Amino acid sequence: MINKVVQNVEEALEGVQSGMTFMLGGFGLCGIPENSISQLVSLGVTNLTCISNNAGVDDFGLGLLLQKRQIKKMISSYVGENDEFERQMLSGELEVDLIPQGTLAERCRATGAGIPAFYTPAGYGTEVAEGKETREFNGKMYVLEHAFQPDFAFVKAWKGDTAGNLIFKGTARNFNPMMAMAGKITVAEVEELLPAGELDPNQIHAPGIFVQRIFKGSDYKKRIEQRTITPKL
Amino acid sequence: MSLSKQEIAQRIAQELQDRWYVNLGIGIPTLVANYIPKGIDVEFQSENGLLGMGPFPLEGEEDADMINAGKQTVTVLDGGSIFDSATSFAMIRGQHVQLTVLGAMEVAQNGDIANWKIPGKMVKGMGGAMDLVASAENIIVAMMHTNKRGESKLLTTCSLPLTGVGCVKKVVTNLAVLEIKDGAFHLLERAPGVSVEDIKNATAGTLVVDGDIPEMVLN
Repeated sequence: MINKVVQNVEEALEGVQSGMTFMLGGFGLCGIPENSISQLVSLGVTNLTCISNNAGVDDFGLGLLLQKRQIKKMISSYVGENDEFERQMLSGELEVDLIPQGTLAERCRATGAGIPAFYTPAGYGTEVAEGKETREFNGKMYVLEHAFQPDFAFVKAWKGDTAGNLIFKGTARNFNPMMAMAGKITVAEVEELLPAGELDPNQIHAPGIFVQRIFKGSDYKKRIEQRTITPKL
Repeated sequence: MSLSKQEIAQRIAQELQDRWYVNLGIGIPTLVANYIPKGIDVEFQSENGLLGMGPFPLEGEEDADMINAGKQTVTVLDGGSIFDSATSFAMIRGQHVQLTVLGAMEVAQNGDIANWKIPGKMVKGMGGAMDLVASAENIIVAMMHTNKRGESKLLTTCSLPLTGVGCVKKVVTNLAVLEIKDGAFHLLERAPGVSVEDIKNATAGTLVVDGDIPEMVLN
C-alpha cells in the first residue's frame, strides 16, 4: 500500500504558487473542496487560473478567492451567481473563458487519460468554435478541443482511505473524479478518512493512483444554493 | 387564449414516449415532469450526474449533496443512478438520452437556437446547453412565442449568438406547436382560441400553414 496521507491542509497545499493553474471540483457549491479553497485564501497566492464548472457565490466557494482578487482567469461553463465576479469580469480585471459543460468535463478527463485533444459536436457553428479546427465525421461537424495542463487539482470526496481511494456521495461527485485524474498533483480532502482495507474495492469511484495527497477535511459548511422542498401534506 | 407556462409544459408532456430518458432544462421545461401521461415510464436525467431524478425532498430531508443542474435540492427515485460529469455528457453526446426540452431566446426557421448570451449584458455561460443541442436527436424548445416587447422569437435567422445550429425540430409556445423542416416553421396545432392569423402575426420567420390546423387538446 502506498500511503498518500498528509497531516493537514497546510501540508496538502505545499508547493502551491502564484501564477499556477488549478482544477477545483464541484457543481455550484455541491462537492467543492472547501478546506483547500480556505487554504488558498490564507496562502494569498495570486494570478491564478482556475478551472471549475462554476465560480462560487459572493461569500463562499471560489467567491472567497475572487473577493481577494487572487484569480486572474476562470475557465467555467456557468458563472453568474456572484456579484463580485460580474464586477471583475465587466471591469476587465478578470479573464473568463466560458466553455460547454460537457466539453469541460471531457477536457478534464482527457487531461488525466493521456489524450491531448478530441472532437466534440458541442459548440460547432457558434462562437465557441471560433479559431478552432473543425472536421466532418459521418456527415456531422465536430470541433477539436484540447486537454488542460493543471498544476494542481483540488477535489473533495465523502470517504477516502490512506491509499488515496475515493468514494463520493450523491451529486457531489460531478467533476471531482475527472479532475482527480488530471492533476499533476491531486489533493483530495475527505469527510471521513479510513485505514486502507476499510473501503470495499468494488465501490471505489476514484482509484488512489490518481491522488497524491489526501487529508481529512474539517468544518464542512456544505451550503445549499437553492433549497427546494415538497410541502408535507 | 394563449397557454400558461404550465399548459405549455402539459402539451410537451404529450410528446413523451414510454421508456424514454429525458433531459429537462431550467424554467418551463422543468414543469414537464409534473404532467407525465399515465402508463408512460420515463426517467429524467440531470446533467450534473443524476438519472432517475425525483421530486424535491420533504422539508427537513434536504441534502446538500443531492442537487439538480439548477442547483436545487432534489431526490433520486428507485432505479436511479449517480455518476460523474464526463459520464453524464457521454450519455448526452452518445445519444442515450432520447429527448431534450429546453428554453430559448430565439429559434430560427433553419433550426438554429440562441439561448445563452445577450451581447452587452452579463454573460452567465452556456452550461450544458451547447452539448445538449449539438447531440440530441430530439429537441423540443419550450418558450413564449414573443418576447417581453412583443417581438417574435421565431425568426428567419437568429440575431443573438448561437447555442447550436440546425438542431431544433419542434417548438411549443403559448400560441402553437410548430415543426421545423425544410427551412420553415410548419404549424401543427393552435392553442385553444388562438387563430392561425394570430400565429402568423406573431411569427417573424416563414410559417407554413397546410390545411386546417387543429386546436391542441390538453387533458
